[in-house]
Amino acid sequence: MEVGILAYGGYIPQSRLQRSEIAKAHAWFNPGLKGLAKGERAMANWDEDSVTMAVEAARDCLAGLDRDQVAAVYMASTTFPFVDRQNAGIVADALDLRSNLQTLDFASSQRAGSAALAVALQAAKGGSGPILFTTAEKRKTLAASPLELTSGDGAASFLVGQGKVIARLLGSQTEAVDFVDHFRGENEDYDYSWEERWIRDEGVVKIVPAAVNAVLEATGVKAGDITTFCFPLAARGSAAAVAKKVGIPESAIADNLQANCGETGTAHSMVMLAHALEGANPGDKILVASFGQGSDALLFEVTDEIKSLPARRGVSGYLNRRYAENNYSKFLAFHDLVKMERGIRAETDKKTGLTTLYRNKGMAQSMIGGECSQCGTVQFPKSRMCVNENCGAIDTQEDYSFAERTSKVNSFTADRLTYSPDPPAYYGMVQFEGGGRLMSDFTDVSPDMEIAVGTPMRMMFRVKDYDNKRNFRRYFWKAAPDGAAKKGE
Amino acid sequence: MASGIKDKVAILGMGCSNFGERWNDNAEDLMIEAYVEALADAGIEKSQIEAAWLATAIEEEHVGKSAVPLSMALRLPNIPVTRVENYCASGSEAFRGAVYAVASGACDIALALGVEKLKDTGYGGLPQRNRGSVNDLFWANASAPGSFAQLASAYSAKHGVNKDDMKRAMAHISVKSHDNGSRNPKAHLRNKIDEDKVMNAPMIAEPLGLFDCCGVSDGSACAIVTTPEIARSLGKKDLITVKALQLSASNGREAQHNSWDGSHFVTTRAAANRAYKEAGITKPRDQVSMFEVHDCFSVTELVTMEDLFISDEGNAVKDVMDGFYDADGKIPCQIDGGLKCFGHPIGASGLRMIYEMYLQMQGRAGDRQRKEEPVFGMTHNLGGFPHQNVCSITIVGKEGA
Repeated sequence: MEVGILAYGGYIPQSRLQRSEIAKAHAWFNPGLKGLAKGERAMANWDEDSVTMAVEAARDCLAGLDRDQVAAVYMASTTFPFVDRQNAGIVADALDLRSNLQTLDFASSQRAGSAALAVALQAAKGGSGPILFTTAEKRKTLAASPLELTSGDGAASFLVGQGKVIARLLGSQTEAVDFVDHFRGENEDYDYSWEERWIRDEGVVKIVPAAVNAVLEATGVKAGDITTFCFPLAARGSAAAVAKKVGIPESAIADNLQANCGETGTAHSMVMLAHALEGANPGDKILVASFGQGSDALLFEVTDEIKSLPARRGVSGYLNRRYAENNYSKFLAFHDLVKMERGIRAETDKKTGLTTLYRNKGMAQSMIGGECSQCGTVQFPKSRMCVNENCGAIDTQEDYSFAERTSKVNSFTADRLTYSPDPPAYYGMVQFEGGGRLMSDFTDVSPDMEIAVGTPMRMMFRVKDYDNKRNFRRYFWKAAPDGAAKKGE
Repeated sequence: MASGIKDKVAILGMGCSNFGERWNDNAEDLMIEAYVEALADAGIEKSQIEAAWLATAIEEEHVGKSAVPLSMALRLPNIPVTRVENYCASGSEAFRGAVYAVASGACDIALALGVEKLKDTGYGGLPQRNRGSVNDLFWANASAPGSFAQLASAYSAKHGVNKDDMKRAMAHISVKSHDNGSRNPKAHLRNKIDEDKVMNAPMIAEPLGLFDCCGVSDGSACAIVTTPEIARSLGKKDLITVKALQLSASNGREAQHNSWDGSHFVTTRAAANRAYKEAGITKPRDQVSMFEVHDCFSVTELVTMEDLFISDEGNAVKDVMDGFYDADGKIPCQIDGGLKCFGHPIGASGLRMIYEMYLQMQGRAGDRQRKEEPVFGMTHNLGGFPHQNVCSITIVGKEGA
């Protein structure tokens, strides 16, 4: 049975740190970083992590599709917020998927993303229903490291299965080699890397072609017929060196998004694949390869179905949702790379009762409110008694999902008193189309935006609070401007 | 049909500590200061007090839970003592408890005392704290100024008031309260300011700047109440009686139902309607002599003057700018400096407002004494957030008025 990709989605955080600012800050110490100082890198907001970005990419992927059909959720990352609490399970909850679901995390390598997609495609042959695969990375990097400049934060997602595939899998091959170009040991936040020239000459240029040639051989596709070659490495000329060695035309080499995003770790080969699918035409042959203790190579052929896929933002949509961040200090603060005086208000204990969370997770993680079966009033959160003063019926509320509903600002403020890692804290009353409202935290209010009464908003799944004492974090939904006016307009 | 509280209970004595940064005093010192003044003013012995109510809102920062701290501080002789907490309406709630106890006939003389010791937190403003385990899962990361600031955006949008006019009217409110506070020896903030200073102050929560926010203070206030008959038997003349006591709590409509536009207080309107009815006031703009409203933020006062049906809806900016609420205006509002300058020790605030009415009606308000003799005085507390709150209203006045 033919398997392939049914839908794709992407997500890139809107803040783009200017690399020139990073290089400028470190020039006194390492002037050599200037060579990497062009362009910008995607920088996650303080309330984003791999799980929240994966959720956004998955929402994009599922745009216009029936969520109830999803039979499994796989997530890949090397920067999971939880080591022991299934991250894919949080994603599934945020998407309000059914609980009769296989969920699984893939980790520990820069090719976890491509490997998870290969496994998902293999599992899809079993035909138990479409698998939602999502991958995200928010890589921690040391100040003044080359990785700090070349990395970016982002996510991609694919719905994989049988039936109306937009890209059919022609073949998938893996070359597994314990080539340690870098590593991150237990309880370590940062990578330790070896010399770049050795990585390129003995690693990339030897290992990746082995996987690529294997898949070309197995499928009988000629290298010269590849339309798009997605290879994620930031190191200049990597993709070209591989392409040259295996005979892929130079014109097929896909943009690795180094100029406007940065390498999104294990998610990056998948981000590039999602990006490639956006502009693909039926018949295109897309080859995606990764590198990390070996190489995965997956070959797809785009089908006519791609024309009938519902509209989505895609990687490009999120790349266009951007503002230039010129403040490197903010990046340091968001990543705890500098000891900051956060003020006495930051001391509040953010302990979460796990019983409380479990009992209320429909509200807190899936953003389920209620709709009164007696009077039709919708409200958040759901309650035993209807909020409509003219109704007040008890136990008439049926689940009503708010997460995908747009809203408008009723009232708002920008608060410099309350503690926020990114002051001022924007919040306000948002009113949902179709009814219901919430005094909601706002997120992603960029410095150039003008929030006003009536500004359209869209909910996003974010970290609500970090409990730094216990290393727990709780998630909730926040309102983000969805087409706010620019200042001065 | 209930007959209401009007003229059933009289104020026998009141006391109020100095408000401010009382670095060297515990809550106990503040309580004693207010109590000693109230007891002397009432002219009774401690043994005549039959029940007491303690109001404090952020007890974890000072006395801890229960009514025991009041009973211990005043060495009360094992009488019933109750602690109440209802956000910023706590002080008024203690007063309501004592007044209702006397009105019911359960006791002849009762005491209400409010206290707050807020300057032990290490910072300005109210303490950052959790909101309850379920609420913490979904409530916005909202401070008090940030919650009230939103009134300005919703009010401006509804009434088409431009940002500058709104900010200027808010500034006028704060300047007026500083003027008034400068004439009050017990006030926390006694400096005069001008509108430019308010307009140019650092932003706290847009559009509220530093001078749009009230002081966070240490302080205590105390009332002793009894029946008019007993008051007279104790030699009191020209009694000040309770005319109305109303409370209104949000039921979720503002927070969860789209029928509220965010520009006014639903609870204040409900409580004010009932209070005027209970006091027999039919034309509040002509009959109420003075107000002490919950001016936690300048914009709260502005909006509240409409919700109390004094300024017509959409007209508060004009009334404020016309000086209608100034100390020498038609109806002075916060003649003692208000929360803004007298200060806001939460548990004490409602009682402090009544204390000012009590002084003014007796002609004992010193430099800030209103020349026209006040007949009805109305106090108002708003606790919580505009979208989820409790509002208390008390009207006191001359007996028989």
